[in-house]
Amino acid sequence: MSKRIVIDPVTRIEGHAKISIFLDDAGNVSDAEFHVVEFRGFEKFCEGRPFSEMPGITQRICGICPVSHTLASAKAGDALMAVNIPPAADKLRRLMNLGQMVQSHALSFFHLSAPDFLLGWDTPPAQRNVFGIIAANKELARAGIRLRQFGQEIIEILGDRKIHPSWAVPGGVRSPLTVEGRERIRLWLPEAFATTDVALDLFKKTLETHQREVQIFGNFPSLFLGLVAEDGTWEHHGGKLRFTDSSGSIIADQVDPQKYFEVIGESVQTSSYLKSPYYLPLGFPAGIYRVGPLARLNVCKRMGVPKADAELKSFKKLGRGAVTSSFLYHYARLIEILASLEYIERYMDDPEILSDYLRADAGINNLRGVGVSEAPRGTLFHDYTVDRNGLLQKVNLIVATGQNNLAMNQTVAQIARHYVRGNEIPEPLLNRVEHGIRCYDPCLSCSTHAVGQMPLQVRLIGADGSILNEVTRG
Amino acid sequence: MAAKTLSIDGKPITAEEGATVLQAAQEAGIKIPTLCHLDGIYDVGACRLCLVEVAGVPKLLPACTTKVAEGMEVKTTSERLRKYRRMTLELLFAERNHVCSSCVANGHCELQTLGYSLGMDHVRYDYLFPKWAVDTTHRLFGMDHNRCILCTRCVRVCWHIEGAGTKNVSGRGTKSHIITDLNQPWGESDSCTQCGKCVQACPTGALFHKGSTVGEMERDRGKLEFIVTAREKQQWIAAD
Repeated sequence: MSKRIVIDPVTRIEGHAKISIFLDDAGNVSDAEFHVVEFRGFEKFCEGRPFSEMPGITQRICGICPVSHTLASAKAGDALMAVNIPPAADKLRRLMNLGQMVQSHALSFFHLSAPDFLLGWDTPPAQRNVFGIIAANKELARAGIRLRQFGQEIIEILGDRKIHPSWAVPGGVRSPLTVEGRERIRLWLPEAFATTDVALDLFKKTLETHQREVQIFGNFPSLFLGLVAEDGTWEHHGGKLRFTDSSGSIIADQVDPQKYFEVIGESVQTSSYLKSPYYLPLGFPAGIYRVGPLARLNVCKRMGVPKADAELKSFKKLGRGAVTSSFLYHYARLIEILASLEYIERYMDDPEILSDYLRADAGINNLRGVGVSEAPRGTLFHDYTVDRNGLLQKVNLIVATGQNNLAMNQTVAQIARHYVRGNEIPEPLLNRVEHGIRCYDPCLSCSTHAVGQMPLQVRLIGADGSILNEVTRG
Repeated sequence: MAAKTLSIDGKPITAEEGATVLQAAQEAGIKIPTLCHLDGIYDVGACRLCLVEVAGVPKLLPACTTKVAEGMEVKTTSERLRKYRRMTLELLFAERNHVCSSCVANGHCELQTLGYSLGMDHVRYDYLFPKWAVDTTHRLFGMDHNRCILCTRCVRVCWHIEGAGTKNVSGRGTKSHIITDLNQPWGESDSCTQCGKCVQACPTGALFHKGSTVGEMERDRGKLEFIVTAREKQQWIAAD
């Protein structure tokens, strides 16, 4: 008799979700689905609001990546006004985005994911968390927490608060970086570099003993999407869209973000509040693509900064063409922290970074505007249509986790196929399935524009729909 | 002019005849919460936040429109007053869509400040969630009816300081709302002089400079005070 296992809710990710694993009559895994069970409706209730409020409204989608939303929203506002923002404003927005990359990636690596592979899959759940890391390696935990603090302090220095800064606005930013602020950032850098080096060494050692995970934690062909500069260098806030396939070939390049809808379609599934975007020319679901650190490193030719470029070379050797294992998202995340630190260091010596010419002014000059920025979890699209008075008529948000939806389904199925046998659901097994999701560092608050915390529940469901087994924790 | 002697919160006070209890209290350094009151324009007692107890009068009276009287005993704080003020405030929040976190007046809003000072940690009434539009048809200013508390400060400054008479109130009950001219989009108003006094007078995020982002709407009430002082006292003194 075929069955269905449900993991509900999934833990140590940002938001509420559950996993269903379907078993066939022989007790083998036939399919798996990652369901996002929250709904918020930001796209709908923003209608009618003035576009100038949007960086303030949309950043409230999430407390982890408000910066990503406020920046993408401000960029969409720039497009509606059809302005080129002052160069210093662009640099400061980038500086804040780099701070966001550092804090979010540090959170994903040290707090959410490392407990699994540093402490071991079979560690009791009560210890398999950041407190377990503190008990096992106090210095490492402290360094990880402080690395996140550094990223958050950049956000605070620029925007006056760590979470939900009202700073990036259509046309630029509201306040400059002060000399004191710059020096505070500069002082943090040596420690941040040292922590990143330690984390990189640690992950490389982890890789030696985790080849099995590299093979089965979401290792499959897919397309990859990210922003790149004109010469193919890694981008996080400007640039244009590039799709590559799993052989590493570029299949679409320098796509104007304003015309993203010519290459990206969105599909809706009844099993989840999460939309499933796909590469339009290939259709759904063949157009499955991944975004985020792994994708950004796959689509770019170079990082543009020396230390991260050296790491990128080692990273690219892990795949033929593209690096296809989602377990290596963790590695890509660390390389991006390193690149972010190097770019931050560059800005410290840029005299223009202290400029106070920061805001362009204009009315509505376009009735549709798209803002695209790389959030830590992947490419973020804000697409606004307004009337001639600047009131929103239509809002479309395409967020990283949505774009990874299909890939997360495949990852869960792949891991479950390796570990799930019959009706019994041992906890460490569930944790491996969940980790497949954690590789993507999904933020469900953003993806459904929802907020929450996650305990875990797994259900094993038979072909007739009856629940055969159920495990809950949290 | 004759002086009246009264007591406010037990403190003996002398006030000019014709002065309001609010004026007398302010001169004596006694703070009474207000919302629809604005220095320089006449009072209408619309918001009911300045309610006070007067000995011998069973109902509560608004301090802004109650004139001082000889021997009057006024109480500005009591459990009953706190209860009513808090209730009034909660009803204001429940009636429209006040979302401080994304409001242009966040951090500079009189309604929000009162919420903090009166300890309003939640609203006990069901929110009405009405559907009100935002009018951004004007070249310079915007009106967000979601944030309006119908204090009518904008109407009063428009009629009595600017003398344009552009702003008015239309409708009854929860359907009452501020209109421009004959209920036209603000941008199509013939009478609006684009002076911006209404925007300076607004206590919340209802009236704003177009393009304002979260928390960016800071008002400069000094401009209104300057005009009123110049007109009434013939003194052209800039507010500090």
